[in-house]
Amino acid sequence: MTVRGQRIDRAWLREHSELGVCALLLFAGLLVLVDSLLGTVAGSDSDPLGPHAVPFVLGVLLLVLAVLLALDVLRGGHGEAEAGEDIDLSAPMDTRTVFMLAGVLIATAALIPVIGWPLAGMALFWGAAYTLGSRNPVADPLIAAGISLFTWIVFDVLLGVDLPGGPLMGVL
Amino acid sequence: MGGFANALTPGNLAFAAIGVLLGTAIGVLPGIGPAMAVALLLPVTYALDPTGAFILFAGIYFGAMFGGSTTSILLNTPGESAAVVAAMEGNPMARSGRGAQALAAAAIGHFIGGVLGAIGLVLLAPLIATVAVDIGAPDYFAVMVLAFIAVTSVLGSSRVRGFAALAIGLTIGLVGLDPLTGQARLTFGIPQLADGIDVVIVAVGLFAIGEALWVAAHLRRTPPEAIPVGRPWLSRADLGRTWKAWLRGPFIGFPFGAIPAGGAEIPTFLSYVTERRLSRHPEEFGSGAIEGVAGPESAASASSAGTLATMLTLGLPTTAIAAVMLAAFQQFGIQPGPLLFENEPELVWTLIASLFIGLVLLLVLNLPLAPVWAKLLQIPRPYLYAGILFFACVGAYAVSGQPVDLVVLLAIGGIGFLMRRYGLPVLPAIIGVILGPDAELQLRRALQIADGDWSTLVSTPFAVIVYLIILALLLLPAIRAVLARRRPTVRL
Repeated sequence: MTVRGQRIDRAWLREHSELGVCALLLFAGLLVLVDSLLGTVAGSDSDPLGPHAVPFVLGVLLLVLAVLLALDVLRGGHGEAEAGEDIDLSAPMDTRTVFMLAGVLIATAALIPVIGWPLAGMALFWGAAYTLGSRNPVADPLIAAGISLFTWIVFDVLLGVDLPGGPLMGVL
Repeated sequence: MGGFANALTPGNLAFAAIGVLLGTAIGVLPGIGPAMAVALLLPVTYALDPTGAFILFAGIYFGAMFGGSTTSILLNTPGESAAVVAAMEGNPMARSGRGAQALAAAAIGHFIGGVLGAIGLVLLAPLIATVAVDIGAPDYFAVMVLAFIAVTSVLGSSRVRGFAALAIGLTIGLVGLDPLTGQARLTFGIPQLADGIDVVIVAVGLFAIGEALWVAAHLRRTPPEAIPVGRPWLSRADLGRTWKAWLRGPFIGFPFGAIPAGGAEIPTFLSYVTERRLSRHPEEFGSGAIEGVAGPESAASASSAGTLATMLTLGLPTTAIAAVMLAAFQQFGIQPGPLLFENEPELVWTLIASLFIGLVLLLVLNLPLAPVWAKLLQIPRPYLYAGILFFACVGAYAVSGQPVDLVVLLAIGGIGFLMRRYGLPVLPAIIGVILGPDAELQLRRALQIADGDWSTLVSTPFAVIVYLIILALLLLPAIRAVLARRRPTVRL
C-alpha cells in the first residue's frame, strides 16, 4: 500500500507515529459522542442545551481535530518534542525506564493499603531512584526511608491529611 | 491598607519567606516549574488557610522567576521559558568572570520589576473591579471563551495541536456529573468517577508525572557543568547602565503579563530588543551587556504581577501557573473576578501586601545565597525525579485517600508524556480542565436565566467587547497574511 508514493512499512509508521495521537483523538471523540448521546436526556425549554450539548460539540471537535492533525502529519508536519535541561533528545527514547517507573507507581498504589504509607512511600522513592540509575545500596534506602517518614509525619500528624500508617502505626 | 498589617503577622511572613525560598529553589532546579510546584502543593493547602496558601504561591511565582534566570546565567540553560533571554547576555558575562554582576543585575531587576508591577496591580485592580461589578453569567462565559481562544491560537507554532490539547483538557473536565441536571457523563458506571477527576490529580499528572516520565525517557547521562560564581554585587559604572533598563522593563512586562496568552516570554524578548536599540554600548550585546540582563528580568517579574492582576480581577488565567492558582482558589470555594474585591477584600489586600514583602525578602535572601543555589544543581538526578514522583503520589493520594487515584494519576501522566512527545502544549489542556466545566455552567446558567434566549450572550457591553477581541485574535493571522501579500505592490 502506498501513500503519495511512499511505502507504508514499519519505518514509515515510526516516522509518522504522531498518527497515534490522531487515533487517540478519534477514539476520544467517538467515546464522548456515544456516551453523551446514549447516556443523557435532552434539555428542557429553560435549559435548551441540556447535558448532551457540550459533549456533542466536543465529540465532533475531537473528530475534526483528529482529521486535521492526520492531514498535517501526512503532509510532513510534526510536533516538536519538548526540550529541557535534563533532556537529551539526540538519544533514542528509553521506553524501558518509562514502563518500569509506571510499574513502580502501580506497585505503590497496590502496596499502600497493605503496608501503609511510610513503607510504601519508601519503596516508591527507592524504586524510582533505582529505575532512573541510582545504584547506591546504602544511601538509597536510607534517603528513601527518611523522606518517606518525614513526609508522613508532616502530612499525617502535623497537617492532618489522612495517610494510612500501616503496621508502623503501632510503633509510632 | 490593613493588608499590610495582616501581611506582617509572623505566620504570613513565614509563608512569604518559605514561598520565596522554595520558589527560587524550584526555579533553579531542573524539571520542576512553578506550575508543577503549585500543583504539587495543592493538597497541602487543604490544611492551610487561603491567605497563607496564596502568599506561599505568590512567593513561589516570583521566586521561580529569579531562580530560572540564575540557571540561565550560570548554566546557559534557562530554568523558565521566560529566562531564555537572560542567557543571551548573562551567560557570556558569567563566562568572562562577571557572573556576580549578572546575577545582581537580574536580582535587583526582578525586585524593581516586581514592585512596579505590584504597584500597577494595586492601582488598576480596584478600577477594573468597580467597572466590572455588574458582571454576570454571559460576561464570565465570554471571558472564558477568550481564555480558550487566546491560549490555543496565539501560543505555540501549531494551532491544530493547541486546539487538540484544549479538546483533551475539556474531555477530562467533562467526566462526572452534569452540574445542572445531575446526569452522569463519561463515568462508565464507575462510582469513583462520579465526582469527576479531581483538578489536583490532573494538574499533578500532567505537570509532574508527565514531566518525570518524559525526562526518564531521555535522561541526560552527564549533568551540565555550572560556572562557579561569587557573591553578586554591582559597581557604580554597572549601576549607571542598568537603572534605566530596570525602570523600562516593567512598562513592557506588566501589560503583556495581563493580557491573555501574553505571559513572560514576549515581554522579555521585547525588552532585550529595546535595550539593545537604546544602549550606548550596542557592540557589547551578545558578549555580555549588562542592560541585556537588567531590562528583561525586570520585565519578567512585572509580567508576573500583570498575570496576577488579570487572574484576580477577571478570573482569567494567562499562564499555566495562573491556571493552577485559579484551581486552588476554586478548591477554597473562592471565585476570582471583579466580585473578589467586594467579597474577600481582606484576602486580596493581604495577598497584595505580601507581594511587596515577598519581593523584599527575595532580594534580601537571595543575593547572598546565589552561590548556594548554584550548588543545588548538583543534586543527583535520580533523587530529584524520584522526589518529584514521590510528592506527586502523596499529593494525589491525599485528595481522597483512594489508591486507585494513583492509577488515574499515571494514566493522566501518560497523556502528559504523549503530549510532550508530540508537541501538544500542556497549557491549553490544563485551562480546558479548569475552565471547561465552569464555562459550560456559565453558558447554561445564562440561558436558564434568560429562559432560553440566546441573545443574552451578547446583551452586555462587556461581553460584546470581549467577543470583538476574540474575533480580532482569530482573524489576526489572516489579516497578517493579507498585509504581507499587499506589501510588494505598495512598493511599486
